[in-house]
Formats: sequence, structure tokens, C-alpha cells
Amino acid sequence: MTDWQAVRRLVPEVLGALVRRYGLFDACEDAIQEALAAAAAQWPVEGWPDNPRAWLVTVATRRLADQVRSDAARRRREEADAFRTPPPPSGGEVSADDDTLTLLFLCCHPVLTPSSQVALTLRAVGGLSTAEIARAFLVPEATMAQRISRAKQRIKAAGAGFDLPPPAEQAARLGVVLQVVYLVFNEGYTATSGARLVRAELTAEAIRLARELHRLVPGDGEVAGLLGLLLLTDARRQARTAPDGSLVPLSEQDRTLWNAGAIAEGVALVTDTLSRGPIGPYQLQAAIAAVHDEAPTADVTDWPQILALYTVLERVAPNPTVTLNRAVAVAKVHGPAAGLALLDAVSADERISASHHLVSVRAHLLEMAGDRDAASAGYHEAARRTTSEPERRHLLTRAARLG
Amino acid sequence: MKYMLLIYGNEEAFTSIGADALTELIRETDALNQELFESGELVGAYGMADQMNSKMVRVAGGAPVVTDGPFAEAKEYLGSFTILDCDSLDRALEIAARNPSARHWGVEVRPLMHEANIEP
Repeated sequence: MTDWQAVRRLVPEVLGALVRRYGLFDACEDAIQEALAAAAAQWPVEGWPDNPRAWLVTVATRRLADQVRSDAARRRREEADAFRTPPPPSGGEVSADDDTLTLLFLCCHPVLTPSSQVALTLRAVGGLSTAEIARAFLVPEATMAQRISRAKQRIKAAGAGFDLPPPAEQAARLGVVLQVVYLVFNEGYTATSGARLVRAELTAEAIRLARELHRLVPGDGEVAGLLGLLLLTDARRQARTAPDGSLVPLSEQDRTLWNAGAIAEGVALVTDTLSRGPIGPYQLQAAIAAVHDEAPTADVTDWPQILALYTVLERVAPNPTVTLNRAVAVAKVHGPAAGLALLDAVSADERISASHHLVSVRAHLLEMAGDRDAASAGYHEAARRTTSEPERRHLLTRAARLG
Repeated sequence: MKYMLLIYGNEEAFTSIGADALTELIRETDALNQELFESGELVGAYGMADQMNSKMVRVAGGAPVVTDGPFAEAKEYLGSFTILDCDSLDRALEIAARNPSARHWGVEVRPLMHEANIEP
């Protein structure tokens, strides 16, 4: 094995083994990062070890011992005894898979803010260094280091142990884990500028995490749904940005650039999970992505099917974006006037009227209806309201096209 | 999401609150910045040198031309700014409200452009 990605995949297993033996999640996590850094420095020079996992466990354990001893010396305590009398394992044999799952639940602990959950998951489960995570999120390394260290303090203060959450809590906690994986994906997928390459790594990492979760919890429909959604969305990556970095809307993408393998895998996941129920929002979003991806050209998109799926999605997980997307689907199926009528009906809802997407969707439907002046004014208004740079560029281009 | 907190003013405004209040304001600001650094939300906090130090660079005919100024005619100029990376606008507003300058001159909060999902 000389593949660094494969080494990073060992991180949760090695970390699980250490935490299980010594407790001290915080210190064990630091020790593994130090072992990874040592590996990155030594292996290319001295050659790769026959057993990278054993090497990482040995070096990380040594670093952990050094740290605990120096802490103990500094504080004049004798807690280094922890190394002579390891705590008994918490009942029975625990598999590496359980450890990975436990670690994901711990990193996505509800006492943490979403950005802390994301950072800690990428480090402790993904094996990314603080510097890599900081680069991906375009913040200074010191800022990211603090965010991670604060997250670990909070977990400790919350008294969270290294055990799977009680069965009654697992569904809700799994929902947080899925949300974190989705955030990691979006952070990478929506990047069109700056550290583009580093951020593309985030989409790959999110898909890897979703795949791992699907392997660990194969019976969960929402996990399968999320993996399908990420694959079906990422399949369009090559087609969604022009060479100048500007966004290409779905209807104008060169579909020959789509990744057929990822689409086939995503469609298979969606088909399988929808036949089993109960159905959740990730499965529905994946099903919508699948309908788009299965259309060889934008003209033959099965919009009635998409409208039906958005109607269900709006009931299962109502939010302004879903309602606005449903309005687009209504316009495609029943004509722009019907879509605009729906927008008027829902814009009384404060959450929807506050969204700048309402303005851009209305402009889009006005363009479909042939009202170029009103559409252009709408695109300009939406461009002023958005805080996303690529979206602003896209909206201004749409306005410019209308003259 | 990243936000920029901007504080505008001028020498007169900054000193009008009195030496003790100014010292306390600086101490409170430093303490808040330290807290935000420790929570992993602070990207950077910077005080601007007085505008008498500003230079304007223009390129004319391929060569840079540097002039002093601009010395804005506006009564208030940018005094300091902070860049945050936090979870929501609400959190950014909460932090702005805790900045002691909010009690005197106000703190302007502006989202920095970011990359957002606009898939249909």
C-alpha cells in the first residue's frame, strides 16, 4: 500500500483503538495527527511500512504517552498510571466499524455548532490536517485550530463517552451526521474559485464518508438517499462550470460530460431505497436529481415526475427553497403563468419573501413568459440581494442576455 | 459564512468619550477578539492607521503612479474592521452587538461574498 488516501481511511480505526484503550479522545486525536505528520515525513524517504495501521498505532501511542507524561509532570500528577492500568473495555468485543460509527456520532455531537462538527469530522474521521481544512474553508490555520480544539473541549465538558448513542437517540443523531456530510459536500461542490482543487477534495471526502456510512448502516434509507444524492449531483461537476469559472445552469449543460458511472450508481441506490420506505428528504432530493440525470437532453426532462416529487418533498420537509423549486416545476408542467400564480400565493409567507431566491425564480418565470423587461429588472434585483459571488455573476449574465 | 464588521468614526468621535472610557472600550474589544479567536470564529481584526497615511495607486500608461490620500471629505472614515467566519447572520449580529463600539458609533455588518448552491 502506497496510497495516502488509503492511509487516511485507517484514521477512524486507529483512533477508535486508542480511545478505547486509553480514553482521552482529545489527546488521542492529537496523537494520531502527529503520527500522520510523522508518516508523511518518513515514509516517502525511508519506505512505506509493511503494516501502516500497526505503524500508526505504535507511533500514535508513543506520542500519546509522551504527552500524558509531560502533562503529568507539569501538573505534578501521576495520571500517567493510566498507561499501566488501561481501563477495561466497555463490554465485549467492539469492531472497527462500530468505532468509526461511534466516532462520527461523537464528532457530530449536538452540543457543537455546525461549522465545528464539520471541522472535527474532517480531522478525526477524514484524517485531514488542520492546515488542509483551513485551506479548504479559506480561514487562517490558527482559526481552524482553535475551532477544533474548542469543539473537543465542548465534547469533553458535555461528558460524552466513546460509546454509540442509546438506540432511542440514534435516529436523531444520525440525522446530524448526514447534515454534516451534506455540508462538507456543498462546501466543496459550490466552490468555483480560489482554492478550487483543495475544495474539490471536500466533495470526494463527503462521498467517501457517505459511502462509509452506507456500509455501516446499510438498512437506513436516508443514508442511501444521501449517498445517491451526492453521487447524482457530483456526476454533473465537469459540466456545471464553464472554462472561465462561471456557472452553467442545468438546462444548458453539455450532458456528455456527465459521469455515467456515478449516475448509474446513484440511480440504483435511489431505486432500491424508494422501494423500501419510509421516505425522507434525502431520498426525495436524490430521486429528483435522478430524474434530471436520466434525461438525455433538457427538453425531455420528465417535469411532471419532478413536480410530483417536489410536492411530496414540500410535505415531508417544508422549506422556502423547496417551495420555490416546486414553482419552477409547476411552470414547466402547467406554464409560466401557473408558476407565477403559485409564487404570488406563497410570497405572503415571510420566510419565502425574505429569500432572494424568490426574486430570481420570479425573474426566471417572467423570462419564460416572455416579459423581458420585468425579467431583467428581477435578475438585477436578485443580483443585488445575493451574497454568493458566482450566483451574482450568473444573474447579471442572465440580465445582460435580455438586453 | 464570513462577515465583515466595520466601525467608522473620526479622531474627534473616538476621543470624545473620554480617556477612561476609551481605555475600557479598547480593553473590552481586545477581550471580545480573544474570545472569538478561542471559539474559532475570528479570521482577523484590524485597526486602520489614520487616513493621513493612505496612498492611492493608479496605473497610467503601464506605470504605477502613487499619490497621497485620498483624504475623504466625509466626516467619518473606516477606523477598524473585523472578519468573522461564523454559522449564521444572527450570530454575526450577536457578536456585533457585543462590540463596545456598538454602544457609541454603531457597527456595520456586511456579508462577504461566498459560494452558494444554486442548483435547481
